Amino acid sequence: MLKLDDLSKHFDGVRAVDGLSLEVDQGEVFGLIGPNGSGKSTTVNLICGVLSATRGKVTFKGRDLHGLPPHRRLNAGISRTFQNIRLFGELTVWQNVWIARRDAPGREAGFIRNWFGSSARTREAIEETLVFADLAGRANDLAQNLAFGEQRRLELARAVAARPDLILLDEPAAGMNREEVEDLRQRILALKHDGITVLLVEHVMELVMGVTDRIAVLNFGKLIALGTPGEIQGNAAVREAYLGSPDSESA
Amino acid sequence: MAFYFGLLQTIGIHTLLGLSAYILLLTGQLSLAQVGFFAIGAYVSGILTVIFEYHIVPGLFLGALVGGLFAFLVGFPALRVKGLMLVVATIAFSEIVRLFFFNLNWRVSVNGVEVGPDSTQGFREIRFYAANGWDTLDVVLFVWLFVVIVMALLWWLDRVRVGATLRAVGADELAAQSSGVNIVAVKVSAMTGGGIIAGLAGGLYAHSATYVDHLTFSVLLATFAVAYPILGGLSSVFGTLIAVIFVQGVLIEGMRFLGDWRNILFGLLIIIAMNVRPAGLIDGKVVLRIREALGTGKKSGGEGHAETR
Ligand SMILES: Nc1ncnc2c1ncn2[C@@H]1O[C@H](COP(=O)(O)OP(=O)(O)O)[C@@H](O)[C@H]1O
Ligand SMILES: [Mg+2]
Repeated sequence: MLKLDDLSKHFDGVRAVDGLSLEVDQGEVFGLIGPNGSGKSTTVNLICGVLSATRGKVTFKGRDLHGLPPHRRLNAGISRTFQNIRLFGELTVWQNVWIARRDAPGREAGFIRNWFGSSARTREAIEETLVFADLAGRANDLAQNLAFGEQRRLELARAVAARPDLILLDEPAAGMNREEVEDLRQRILALKHDGITVLLVEHVMELVMGVTDRIAVLNFGKLIALGTPGEIQGNAAVREAYLGSPDSESA
Repeated sequence: MAFYFGLLQTIGIHTLLGLSAYILLLTGQLSLAQVGFFAIGAYVSGILTVIFEYHIVPGLFLGALVGGLFAFLVGFPALRVKGLMLVVATIAFSEIVRLFFFNLNWRVSVNGVEVGPDSTQGFREIRFYAANGWDTLDVVLFVWLFVVIVMALLWWLDRVRVGATLRAVGADELAAQSSGVNIVAVKVSAMTGGGIIAGLAGGLYAHSATYVDHLTFSVLLATFAVAYPILGGLSSVFGTLIAVIFVQGVLIEGMRFLGDWRNILFGLLIIIAMNVRPAGLIDGKVVLRIREALGTGKKSGGEGHAETR
């Protein structure tokens, strides 16, 4: 479903992503881990079109995404959350979701209806998304007035509202307590159940090991290991680069 | 009475001009090109009613349209620049427009009288209202008809997805893009809409004043255009109206005795106001308080979600 070929991004000499090739299959939860600065967020930005690659290409559902801006990649079925929360603070929770909301393929509302009107179907879908993110009671609150955990859930809701085929989550569990991490795990499994492919960038090992089907490990922008959670946990190179380091951030 | 009728026209026209900048500010663009579109609307509609003897309604309509067309064209290069550079680029545009009309000489004999823009002498005798027997009250009502229509339109836009999307682009372009918003389309649309409103305001101004020249379309007026919505805050269109009433009705008229010192004092007051109340005089909190006072503060469910506070 998603294929990266020799994907590279250099920032004046820093090889943030360096010749990364991998394939994510339809319907799987794919983990992307690695130490800080290993190029995970840069990879996410390359996939969703926020950054353009120095070299290599991104193929999604058989289509080369080269030159496609982020909003068209979203329409193609890729949505994302941000490592540093980026909500529309002065808009309501409802509006945040409304902006990203996409109708199901083949059931799109017309231009006028979409931009100047509202339909019961859209309202229901937004409410459903808010229930999914446990934000139904906060629809009319400004995003900036939400608690941290709620803001994280709203980021997820906004990304889900776009009806993506692939969702990129950039450290969604950062700063969450144990209970919140477990809620998030359930939500990721629910997405998987709905047939959405998930690329999960995460530091919280408990979550990565408990929810992913396969994991890729990055170090200095390069792929150093790829396998099931069990295989990755037993991989010596990974332990050395990442898991074994004394200050690793497993929660 | 005539004085108050004149003031009402000024307030109406400046409100439109302010709203043309308001819609751009929602998307995070600070434009001083509004006075350029205002000038285009003034000259185009004036030429249509004076030289081509159009009725004022199609005259205004076409003036607004041409203003919007130029805004659309300015919109694309404007995407490339942000912040201070956008301010400078849009000032340059307004100055080019001003100099164009400074040089425009298009004198035509209509019914034995020579009329039309006379370059440095300005464009005189834009007398549609007088020639058609409208009295001042008619003109005031005519101007305010447009003010009410434009305000209602923008107020309504804030209740549909367009409004939320404009504000999203203003809040965070990257997040908006990643949420599927085509920011190029949104910014150019906002610029075009602003150009149409400014063009309309210019047409109304030309016919109320009956005389325009290049000096009318100064950088000072461009500054006023953005100062109104900034002072009034971006919470609602009413902020802009209140700011215009405050500036035109209270500050300018109330301090006429100060002569030229007035401009300096006015500039100072704007700077102070922006520092004391950076989110505008009418920020979200004030709007909330007003709503509560009116008993409409606690809307629940239904439409409430679509509102921006
Ligand atoms: N916009 C940028 N400009 C310059 N360097 C950057 C930029 N973004 C990321 N980098 C660098 O690229 C490397 C990878 O960063 P990032 O992808 O954010 O890592 P991760 O998400 O794995 O922590 C880091 O060394 C970082 O400093
Ligand atoms: Mg990162």
